[in-house]
Amino acid sequence: MRRVAIIGVGDTEFGELWDQSFRDMGIQAGLAAVADANISSEQIDALYVGNMSAGRFIEQEHIGALIADYTGLARDHIPATRIEAAGASGGLALRQGFMAVASGLHDIVVVGGAEKMTDVSDVESSVIQSSAADQEWETILGATFPALHALIARRHMHEFGTTREQMADVAVKNHKHGSLNPKAQFQREITRETVLGSPLVSSPLRVFDCAPSSDGAAAVVLCPLDMAKKFTEIPIEIIGSGQASDTLSLHDRKDVCSMAATKAAAKRAFEMANITTKDVDVAEVHDNFTISEILAIEDLGFFKKGEGGKATEAGLTGLQGEIAVNTSGGLKARGDPIGATGLAQAVEIVAQLRGKADKRQVKDASVGLAHNVGGTGGTAVVHLFRRA
Amino acid sequence: MATAPRYWRENPSRYNMVGIKCNSCGRHFFPPRAICPVCHRKSVGKIEITKLKGEGKIFSFTEVQEGLEELSLQRPYIVALVELTEGARVTGQIIDCEACDLTIGTPVRATLRKLSEEGPSGVIHYGYKFVPIKEKAP
Repeated sequence: MRRVAIIGVGDTEFGELWDQSFRDMGIQAGLAAVADANISSEQIDALYVGNMSAGRFIEQEHIGALIADYTGLARDHIPATRIEAAGASGGLALRQGFMAVASGLHDIVVVGGAEKMTDVSDVESSVIQSSAADQEWETILGATFPALHALIARRHMHEFGTTREQMADVAVKNHKHGSLNPKAQFQREITRETVLGSPLVSSPLRVFDCAPSSDGAAAVVLCPLDMAKKFTEIPIEIIGSGQASDTLSLHDRKDVCSMAATKAAAKRAFEMANITTKDVDVAEVHDNFTISEILAIEDLGFFKKGEGGKATEAGLTGLQGEIAVNTSGGLKARGDPIGATGLAQAVEIVAQLRGKADKRQVKDASVGLAHNVGGTGGTAVVHLFRRA
Repeated sequence: MATAPRYWRENPSRYNMVGIKCNSCGRHFFPPRAICPVCHRKSVGKIEITKLKGEGKIFSFTEVQEGLEELSLQRPYIVALVELTEGARVTGQIIDCEACDLTIGTPVRATLRKLSEEGPSGVIHYGYKFVPIKEKAP
């Protein structure tokens, strides 16, 4: 297996981008990544695109060909493949690109992710998002996507004494980080009171516990590590990649306070990289709801099970904390254009490891982690990165 | 949302909580599966269709304020993970009560209710919901 590096990154702002279409955003992120990598488009061997539901958000399938076409790559007839695993679509696309380069099949691969969520109404958007859950045995019975995470939250509060305030602190921290990120959807700080005073969505979760609907795209360029110095001074190596699945329905999991897929994916990634959680300086985790970040930092091994809430409250996951979590603002404040999210995480980690994260830079960051989840944990993917 | 046949083909489970028992390991699953996820190949030929009693306890619950459009008249409504006495867990609504009356562990029983309808003149879909079991007076 060949070692693989990221040599270029690009992304759009995240938010309600009324003036931009799906293809506009995909092209903007892709071209930025290609320019950052200092390559010309003729050098690209393959394209992977993470996207959850363009078919329902913009009634457009066949996303691989669409992006290849509008980025000017279709004339060279490169293979272009769309990857779907709900919220983990972007992370899985990155893994597909990683495997293609690692295997020796392709040298230069562009991996993008995009979602255009605001061309449908808010109501329609939440219906589409709920299709990540089991339609027959969860959604039809009234369990919305926030409701499923509320069920996790209440159980976590019951088993470990996690408090409403601790969950609010996840949002407060991520909005604080978002205020330092010029590409974040939300760049204003909030307080505990903002979260606790916001309308209930599904008790105990409130509006400010939920990541927003967003438009956006992000992309990276991969190549074999031994070629990377030709293109960039600071290649960022992907030192570990792990993916795992679990039951589609939340109710079929023995333990709903833990995502077994996250644990399995992390174990595989850490084994491949031959490092431990202690080596990680900065992590982007899947905080689609505040409770999700608490589960993630426990399941990834940064904190003991049940102590994620306390750790957040104590400030251990802030920029100066033990482990800086979601420096981009996370899904909560940076935004969550579903298929783009896994790639945006990689873009943020690359910025941190290059030392280019400006006001949100984690001092001396050399190892980073990205954690992307599909549904309530039916898919999880973890990547580890190191400054080469 | 779903068309009528999509509901109807699941009617045995939606109306009568029909699940399976794996006679290799003895575990129950709901809804039916072709193969036991624990025993894998050993379960082939040993899957028995079984009607579950529909009784259990609340494992977790939430009151949904912002729900699906077709359930808008029901809002707010309560959704729970129910742990059935046979061991399987299911997702379903809890009705005929207020959220403040519930705790994790509250005993519930399945009942047949209207789930949704396909518009004002469309087909009505029925299925299980759960009601709290009242404790007997001492």
